[in-house]
Amino acid sequence: MATGEPLIVLDKVNKWFGPLHVLDDVSLSVGKGEVVVVIGPSGSGKSTLCRTINRLEPINHGTITFDGRPLPAEGRALAKLRSEVGMVFQSFNLFAHKTILENVTLGPVKVRKEKPAAARERGLALLDRVGIANQADKYPAQLSGGQQQRAAIARALAMQPKAMLFDEPTSALDPEMVGEVLDVMTSLASEGMTMVVVTHEMGFARHAANRVIFMADGQLVEDAPPTEFFANPRSERARDFLSKILTH
Amino acid sequence: MSVLIDKFDVFAGGFWLTLQICVLAAIGALILGAVVAVLRISPVPPLRAVGTAYVNVFRNMPLTVVMFFAAFGLPALGSNADFLRVPVLDSLFSRLGTDLPYFRFALIALVLYTAAFVCEALRSGVNAVPPGQAEAARSLGLTFGQNLRHVVLPQSWKASVVPLGSVIIAMIKNSALIGFFGVVGDLSQTADQLTSAEGYAFIPVAIGISIGYLIMTVPLGALLDRLEKRQAVAR
Repeated sequence: MATGEPLIVLDKVNKWFGPLHVLDDVSLSVGKGEVVVVIGPSGSGKSTLCRTINRLEPINHGTITFDGRPLPAEGRALAKLRSEVGMVFQSFNLFAHKTILENVTLGPVKVRKEKPAAARERGLALLDRVGIANQADKYPAQLSGGQQQRAAIARALAMQPKAMLFDEPTSALDPEMVGEVLDVMTSLASEGMTMVVVTHEMGFARHAANRVIFMADGQLVEDAPPTEFFANPRSERARDFLSKILTH
Repeated sequence: MSVLIDKFDVFAGGFWLTLQICVLAAIGALILGAVVAVLRISPVPPLRAVGTAYVNVFRNMPLTVVMFFAAFGLPALGSNADFLRVPVLDSLFSRLGTDLPYFRFALIALVLYTAAFVCEALRSGVNAVPPGQAEAARSLGLTFGQNLRHVVLPQSWKASVVPLGSVIIAMIKNSALIGFFGVVGDLSQTADQLTSAEGYAFIPVAIGISIGYLIMTVPLGALLDRLEKRQAVAR
């Protein structure tokens, strides 16, 4: 889990939704192979932060650099960059009209122009890896939430991304299905995948993260290793947040 | 009611001409409407503006006025719409190739007007697809065109079929206007011909032409219902 050269760099990023200042001068650097968990109260801007990294949300001020290059404007160059950044959504967003295997192979075949047979083989291997190889020919609606989210992770991994973004990947799941998704994420983290994870799963933050980012009111309030952050939060806001979620 | 039997050939001829212009106008409006819809949802602001302007103009103008512009504006510009004299098509649809341009003018007006509604029907289907679908496709690196082709349009079709059908049915009924803009012998103009020129009673003639329109619209509606049911099962 070496934290080598920076892969994702945000410099003084600002974003407004109308009058709402959702990202307020956020600067952040994520090294290759680093796992950064972003936590904070709802409305603090953490999901928006995650979505700016592949420009699903454009920003108003500041710069975002991925792998040494600033994010390009909408167009082919941006599409290429997005293909190198996997994204997993809270609501899975599997393509409803395609089977699980087709979901996983669409990107490799259409974006990377891989041969369908090769993409299929790799897709099946990925589905096997996330434990749902036997669901390959079903449609998303036929799967449980946990299975759908694992399929969505496989779909993102099929592009062989340089980094993975997780936007509250377990928030829409039944409690008993959270574990199976976190297991997949933990194994990814231990294999050296660069990850930015927005989550409320403090257990995952504790054992899988290299760093914990705490956000509140659009600002990046704390940035510390998990042991330090959970044992000894520096800011009043973080202490307050942790006391609320850890007392139950 | 004997007019229905005595003048069956006149009714049949009117039916045939109305069917011809409706088939051509439906094809034209579906193609043009799809193009305008793609413009309206394009990520490029100037293209979106063109699409929106098109819809605002043609959806908000009475068809009669569009017909006036086609029938009087085009000749004023020196055009007889000869570009519609497509070699193979004009042997199938004979009026396309005649020297009198009014069939072509009426066709242009119907296409321009109906395309605005086709665009909105297609767009309502696109809007019915959850935004997360397009977002997931974008995050995989699919381009705008790939996103439409492989993710959004296949899912939007289901929600578009019914409004699209209503638009085409409305277009068939709107085609009744063309007789007032120089097109001789369509279903509606047949009524005028039979009643004012040949003195037949109006009501039997009106019943005759109503049957003609219903023969076109009712089966179309039934077909759409079937399509909708089949799509519902496919989910």
